[in-house]
Amino acid sequence: MSNSLFSPGHTACAGCGQSLAARLVIDACGANTIIANNTGCLEVFSSKYPESAWGVPWIHSLFENAAAVASGIEAALKFLGKKEGINVIAQAGDGGTADIGLQALSGMFERGHDILYVCYDNEAYENTGIQRSGLTPYGANTTTTPIGKELLLGNIRFKKPMPEIANAHGIPYVATASAAFPQDVQRKVKKAISIRGAKYIQIHVPCPLGWRHASDLTISVGKLAVETGLYPLIEYENGKLTAVRQIQPKPVEEYLKPQGRFKHLLNNPEQIKIIQAIADNNIEKYGLRVKTEVKSEASS
Amino acid sequence: MKEFLEGSRAVAEAIKLCKPGVISAYPITPQTHIVEELALMVAEGKLNSQFINVESEHSAASLVLGAVATGVRVFTATSSQGLLYMAEVLFNIAGMRFPVVMTCANRAISAPLNIWNDQQDSVSMRDTGWVQLFAEDIQEAVDFHFMAYRIAEDKSIMLPVMVCMDGFILTHGIETVDMPSQEQVDKFLPAYSALYKLDPQNPITMGLVADPDYYTEARYALHQTNREVLDLIPKVTKEFSGIFGRVYNGLIEEYQTKDAQRVIVAMGSVCGTIKEVVDELRKKGKKVGLLKITAYRPFPIRQIYEALKNVPKVAVLDRALSLGSYAPLFSEVKAVFGTKKKKPQVISSFIAGLGGRDITKDSIKEIFRLLTAKELSGEFIDLKPELLKETYEQ
Repeated sequence: MSNSLFSPGHTACAGCGQSLAARLVIDACGANTIIANNTGCLEVFSSKYPESAWGVPWIHSLFENAAAVASGIEAALKFLGKKEGINVIAQAGDGGTADIGLQALSGMFERGHDILYVCYDNEAYENTGIQRSGLTPYGANTTTTPIGKELLLGNIRFKKPMPEIANAHGIPYVATASAAFPQDVQRKVKKAISIRGAKYIQIHVPCPLGWRHASDLTISVGKLAVETGLYPLIEYENGKLTAVRQIQPKPVEEYLKPQGRFKHLLNNPEQIKIIQAIADNNIEKYGLRVKTEVKSEASS
Repeated sequence: MKEFLEGSRAVAEAIKLCKPGVISAYPITPQTHIVEELALMVAEGKLNSQFINVESEHSAASLVLGAVATGVRVFTATSSQGLLYMAEVLFNIAGMRFPVVMTCANRAISAPLNIWNDQQDSVSMRDTGWVQLFAEDIQEAVDFHFMAYRIAEDKSIMLPVMVCMDGFILTHGIETVDMPSQEQVDKFLPAYSALYKLDPQNPITMGLVADPDYYTEARYALHQTNREVLDLIPKVTKEFSGIFGRVYNGLIEEYQTKDAQRVIVAMGSVCGTIKEVVDELRKKGKKVGLLKITAYRPFPIRQIYEALKNVPKVAVLDRALSLGSYAPLFSEVKAVFGTKKKKPQVISSFIAGLGGRDITKDSIKEIFRLLTAKELSGEFIDLKPELLKETYEQ
């Protein structure tokens, strides 16, 4: 028997970073929580009739509307006078958040509903077969940005800056996290639900199937994304950057190497340079390198 | 109490009496007056409700879905493009068996852009699983909303209901309306208590995946329940009559059909015009009548059969098209008779009143004139052939 509010026995792939992160999130929130879940991997592998992995009230409606459904849940709880003590969570994958669900999410932010929105960022439409999303990183080989004789690079767009887009709405709390840092995920979730208003947490969740790495490398690949500077772990409170996880930056190749989706770039120094520049820019922009003047996580 | 009210304002007053806890909408002409009025009621403290302005109709429908799932009575309203934008959510609301009530201010669909009345919007949503009730006048629009909540929230039904009222003609028209008292409405419509809801005290999972082993049965059950609404509506209208005094059939209305030789089948506000023409022609000794369809979904097949089986000539008037095929209402009325022994000799199809073109008494007389032994398939009334002759440089 599991004490978790997210039961084992669901049908996620071995090594799925999203299932790990989803369990961390709901267990940090506790039983007094209602979840609205967009369509996607998490929804499909956790709620196939007649079974459900969820130990809290949970609703799935459509691909792009969890933020609006959660807004309705929150409004109904307010009407009933029951909002105090109940956490409302909206959650989705990266496509459901940054692409098709962005409008509903923006509406939820702007209206200031007391909801925590969690984006599980596995950097592609993994559920439908690894198609590119707005959060697919530069250079990734996906089924809709394939490598061919004419197109050698995979995805040529950069990740949509979702944390900054969320922050620009003036919401009180925005954070990024990684399934590879479980305590950090739970600390941020607990912090978010302690704040009234709309909150956004984007969790990097490695996908062995889509990223084409061994299923026992989920944690190490996730860690490397953070440690190279490619996935900075940051927190904004009331619009200001208040904490970052500082790193001794590792070269980006260490992150790219274990993943089949970047295999085509490994012998292409020009492309490695571009990806290293993304990491360097993050390191500079957020002050990720240890012993910089930006406040460390410990001081937050 | 009888009041002289604009249709939208009257509907807003009716909704207030139904006490929805959450209202969400996105503005679209000609629905706006309804939600503006409700927003004002909330602002003035006359209505205790969460009024949520959203960024789209898709989110308006999704928001009320989330609220009703949490156990609260909800309301939304839209029209035309807004209804189409909601389409995906409409299917979902019905599939999840949520008793949402919505007003559709019927309006044409783009292109070309047109803000005026026809019924293409809700007719195009006929397969969503929503009950659709078409109002003839403002009083019906008001009364149908009370019934809509009763039908939707019936524990044996749990389906969404759309009250369709012709845009501008009814939403912006002004008529004398008998507004019931709060006591009457409370007696007819008890507070909403959900069968299932999102509640941490009793966690359930809603909106699951159903694979091929289960999907068919879920949809079959939805279909069966939809058919059962045909049995529920007469019970609801009977109870309604007992409290409010107004008598409705709720499925169809037969107007001078008993001995009629020629009958027009129609939906919505045009039925008022047809009744006037029927009265005039009856005075001249012509045996004509009207069959008003109130419930477009579920479609009252048996009642339509009984009403028309002995009528020799039937005209079906559509204010919508199914491009490239038979007009929508016509094809369904036609299908009612199929291989039945008793049936009209002629069922002709007429299309009129698209994009706000008035259907006048002369238009109706023209339909009766054209309703002869020769069956017509999709005859446009009041078409302007001169506009079709314009030529363009290739």
